[in-house]
Amino acid sequence: MSTTELTPKDLKSNQEVRWCPGCGDYSILNSVQAVMADIGVAKENMVIISGIGCSSRFPYYMDTYGFHGIHGRALAIATGTKTANRDLSVWVVTGDGDCMSIGGNHFIHTLRRNVDLKILMFNNRIYGLTKGQYSPTTPMGQITKTSPYGAVDAPFNPLNLALGSGATFVARTMDTQPKHMKKVLQQAADHKGTAFVEIWQNCVIFNDGAFKDMTTKEVRDDRTIDLVPGEPLIFGTGGSKGLKVDYLDAKVVGPDEATVWKCDTDSPVPAFLMSQLDDEPDLPTAVGIFRCVDRPVYDEQVSDQIAAITAKKGPGTLKDLIYTKDAWTVD
Amino acid sequence: MTTDVIRQDDVVIRFAGDSGDGMQITGNQFTDTTAKVGNDLATFPDFPSEIRAPAGTRAGVSGFQIHFSSSEIFTPGDGPDVLVAMNPAALAVNIADLRPGGIVIVNTGSFTDKDLAKAKVDVNPLEDGSLKAFRVIKIDINARVIQALEDSTLTKKDVLRCKNFYTLGLMYWLFSRPMEPTLEWLAAKFENKPELIDANQKALKAGYNAGEIHEYFQGRFEVAPQQHTPKGTYRNIMGNEGLSIGLAVGAHLAGLEALLGSYPITPATDILQYLAKMKNHGVITMQMEDEIAGICSAIGGAYAGKLAITTTSGPGMALKSEALGLAVMVELPLVVVNVQRAGPSTGMPTKVEQSDLFQSVYGRNSEAPIPVIACSSPADTFACAVEACRIAVEYMTPVILLSDNYIANGSEPWKLPTMDELKPFPVKRPSAGAEPFMPYSRDEKLARPWAIPGQPGLEHRIGGLEKEDLTGYASHDADNHQKMSEYRRDKVLGVRDSIPTPQPHGADHGLLMVGWGSTFGAIRSAVEALRKDDVQVAHLHLRHIWPFPKGLDEIFARYDQILVPELNLGQLSKILQSEYPDHRFKEYDKMKGKPFTAFELREKITTMMEVAS
Repeated sequence: MSTTELTPKDLKSNQEVRWCPGCGDYSILNSVQAVMADIGVAKENMVIISGIGCSSRFPYYMDTYGFHGIHGRALAIATGTKTANRDLSVWVVTGDGDCMSIGGNHFIHTLRRNVDLKILMFNNRIYGLTKGQYSPTTPMGQITKTSPYGAVDAPFNPLNLALGSGATFVARTMDTQPKHMKKVLQQAADHKGTAFVEIWQNCVIFNDGAFKDMTTKEVRDDRTIDLVPGEPLIFGTGGSKGLKVDYLDAKVVGPDEATVWKCDTDSPVPAFLMSQLDDEPDLPTAVGIFRCVDRPVYDEQVSDQIAAITAKKGPGTLKDLIYTKDAWTVD
Repeated sequence: MTTDVIRQDDVVIRFAGDSGDGMQITGNQFTDTTAKVGNDLATFPDFPSEIRAPAGTRAGVSGFQIHFSSSEIFTPGDGPDVLVAMNPAALAVNIADLRPGGIVIVNTGSFTDKDLAKAKVDVNPLEDGSLKAFRVIKIDINARVIQALEDSTLTKKDVLRCKNFYTLGLMYWLFSRPMEPTLEWLAAKFENKPELIDANQKALKAGYNAGEIHEYFQGRFEVAPQQHTPKGTYRNIMGNEGLSIGLAVGAHLAGLEALLGSYPITPATDILQYLAKMKNHGVITMQMEDEIAGICSAIGGAYAGKLAITTTSGPGMALKSEALGLAVMVELPLVVVNVQRAGPSTGMPTKVEQSDLFQSVYGRNSEAPIPVIACSSPADTFACAVEACRIAVEYMTPVILLSDNYIANGSEPWKLPTMDELKPFPVKRPSAGAEPFMPYSRDEKLARPWAIPGQPGLEHRIGGLEKEDLTGYASHDADNHQKMSEYRRDKVLGVRDSIPTPQPHGADHGLLMVGWGSTFGAIRSAVEALRKDDVQVAHLHLRHIWPFPKGLDEIFARYDQILVPELNLGQLSKILQSEYPDHRFKEYDKMKGKPFTAFELREKITTMMEVAS
C-alpha cells in the first residue's frame, strides 16, 4: 500500500455522503481528498479525527483511519494519537461551534503546544446540526433561532484567537474557490507543527450567503486580498489595487507601491493586522497564508525526551520497576 | 548508666507539628528505618489541604502516624501511644486521640504566649493540669538544637529547621532504632550542601544522645522484628507509588508502552509525577489542559495502540464521564484511576472517603457498563493496577480502578512479586486478509479486534455514534442498537469468568463483614481481635466490584448476618442488595473524612451479636 501512488478516489470510503444538497462541505471533501492523495503519506498512516457537528461526519467519508469523537474534544483525542505515533499524518476536522465554543480550551492549548496536527475549521457561522442557533462566530445582531431579536454576543475572530495562542501556521480559504483551498491545504500539510486553516463554508439551509459579501464573483476581487508569502499585496479587479503596510496601519495604494507579504516575521503583529483588516470598511478581508513559522513541536519533544533519557539510563526493564535499592530480603 | 528496656509487641506513634516543621520527612525516615529493622508497619499522613496555612495555627497542623509491630498488622492504628507535639496547635488538634496513659512529647520552645495565641489556646495546657491522664515529656527542642549547632555557619532560622531531626533522634533512642539509615539518607539528600548534612546529622545525634543522657523516660522500648514474616523481598510502598508501578508493569505485561493523559488533582497527582519519571520505560505522560483533555488524549493514545491511562479524583471523574461513554462505545482499552477524596464538589480534598462507587458503577448516560475494581491497601495497589490493565486489553474496555486518599498516602511493606509470578497478557493485533476487515467482530470474550493506524489494509472508522454489528459503520437501526447494547453489557459481565471467587477470612458462619477498598485493614483487625475471643465472625473483601465475582451467593447464604461497613452512606450495600435480593445487607456508614477504627467495628459487631443472641 505504502509504495502505491494514491488517487483521490482511493481516499473515498464506501459510505454515502449525507450533507444537504448544495452544502459547502462537498467541495471541501473533494479538495481534501485531492490534496491528501498527493502529500506522499501512505493511506494507512492517515488519520482523520473530528468532533461533533455537520463537518465532523467527515471521517466516515474518507477511506483512511478515522475517529468521530465527541463534541469539542477532537483536538485532545488527536493530541494523544499523534503523540503516541509520530509516523501518522493526523488531520482534525471541526466547525466553528465545535472548535471555538465547546472545544475552545483544547484549541488554544493545542496551538500553544504546537502539536503536529492539521486543523480544518469549517466556519459557517451557525450551528447547523442542531438546526440554526447562533455560534461563537455569528456576527452581532444576526437573527437566529436562539437570537430572535438579534445576537448580542460579540463573535470571535478565529484567526486572532489562533495567533494569540501562539499558532505557527494560520491560513484562511473558502469552499467556493477549490483551487485556492488546495493551495492552502497543501501548505498546511507541508507545515511542521499545528496548522490552523479556517475555511469559510456556506450553510445553504441555516445561514445561506453568510460570506457572499466577500465570495461572489462580482465582489470577491475587490472585497478580498490573498496573502501569498513573497508576493506583493495586490487585489481588485485585474490587480488594480495594492495594500501598503506601514507598522500598525494598512492603506490602499496603487499596485506598484504594494508591500511584499511576509508570513514568517518574528512578531505576529503583521498577521494580526491582516486578520482584522476588514474592521475598516474600506479595506478588503484577507485570505491566504497569514503566518507560517517554526517553533519546537510538542510530539517531537516528547519523543526526543524519551529517547534521550532512555539513551542515558538504558531501556527500563520489568525488574527495574519492582526491585529497587531500598528493598530488603527476609530469609 | 543503664536504662530499662521495655519489650512491646505493638506501638503507634504520631508526629505532629506545623506544616513547615518537616513532620512528613520525620515520619518517612522513622518508617524507612523501621522497615529495615524488620517490623510490620502501616503509616498514614494527615496534612492540611492549604499548602502553607498560617504558621502555628490549627489549620496548619501536619501529622504522620506510624503503627509498627512484631506481629502482622493491617492498619496505621486507631490512636497513638506516643504523640510528638511540636507546637500548641499540634497538641490541641491531636491530644484527644492519644490513649490514656500515653506519652506526649512537647516542644516547650514553641509554647510562648504568641504561639498559644496563634493556636487559639487560652490557657497553657502544660500548666492547667489538662494533660494529667498522660505522661508529659517537656523538652525545649528549639534551645537544644541551637545549643547542639552553636558552631554551625547556618542562620538561626536554618538551625531551627533542624529540630525535626533532633526529634527523630530522640524517637530513635526511645524505640531502639539505628540512626545509620537516616545518616546515610541525609548524606545523599544534601550531597552538594555539606553544611546541611553536618547540621542535620548533628541534630539527629544530639536528640539520640539526649535520650541517653537526660533520663526523660523511665526506659526505652524495643519492638522486636516481626516473626514469621513470609520469606521474600520487600519494599515499603505508598499507595500512589505502588499503583504507578503496577500501571507501568501492566504495560510491560501487555507488550505495550504506557500513555497517560492527566490533569493534576489531589490526591491523584503523585501518579502523574511517578509515571513522568519512567521515560526509559517508554512511558508517555501528557499533562493536559483539563480533565476532559486528560481522558480524551488517553483515548487518542489507545486508538494509536498504547496502554492508555488517565488518573484523577472524584470531581475529575465527573468531568470525564462523557468521554468514558465514548471509550465504552469505541471499545478501546483504557485504565481510569480514581483516587477518591471526601465530599461532593471540592469537598475535603485531603481526607478519605469511598463514596464514588455509584459514580463508577452507574454514573454515565445511557447503558455504559464498565468493569470496576478497588485497591484495599497501599501494597495491594500494585496487583490491582496490573489487573486493571489485563482486563482493559483482554476485553477491549475502559476499566475504573478505585483507590482513595488513605491508600494513596499510606504506606506498608510490599512483598515484591517474583518475575515468574507476573503473567504476561500480550496484545494480539489483527492482520489484513482477503475478507474486508470487520472492526466490530468479536472473539470468545466478546472483545473486538484492536487494529491501529499504521496497519495497512485495516483502515476503518470508529466513533461515538452507535456502531453497526461487525462493520462498525454508524447505525440507527433499532434491532442493531438492542444487540450492541447487550453485547456491551455481556462483555463486561463476562469479566467474571476470568476472576477468582474471594474467600471469607474467619468463621464459616455467624456474622460476615463485607468490605471493599481501604476499609480492609480496620475490618481485618477487628475480625482478628474478635476471633481471639471465639466470636463467630468473618471478613470478605471484594477487589472486583463490577462485575461481582461468581459464587458470592453461596458464601452469603452461610452467614446469619451480613454487615457492610463503608466510608459512604451505604453504596456497596445497596448494590449488593440489588444484585443479591435473597440476602439482607446491613449498612454501617461513616462520613467523617476519617477511616474506620478497628475499635469502632468491634463495638458494632459486639452489639449486633448481643442483639441477635
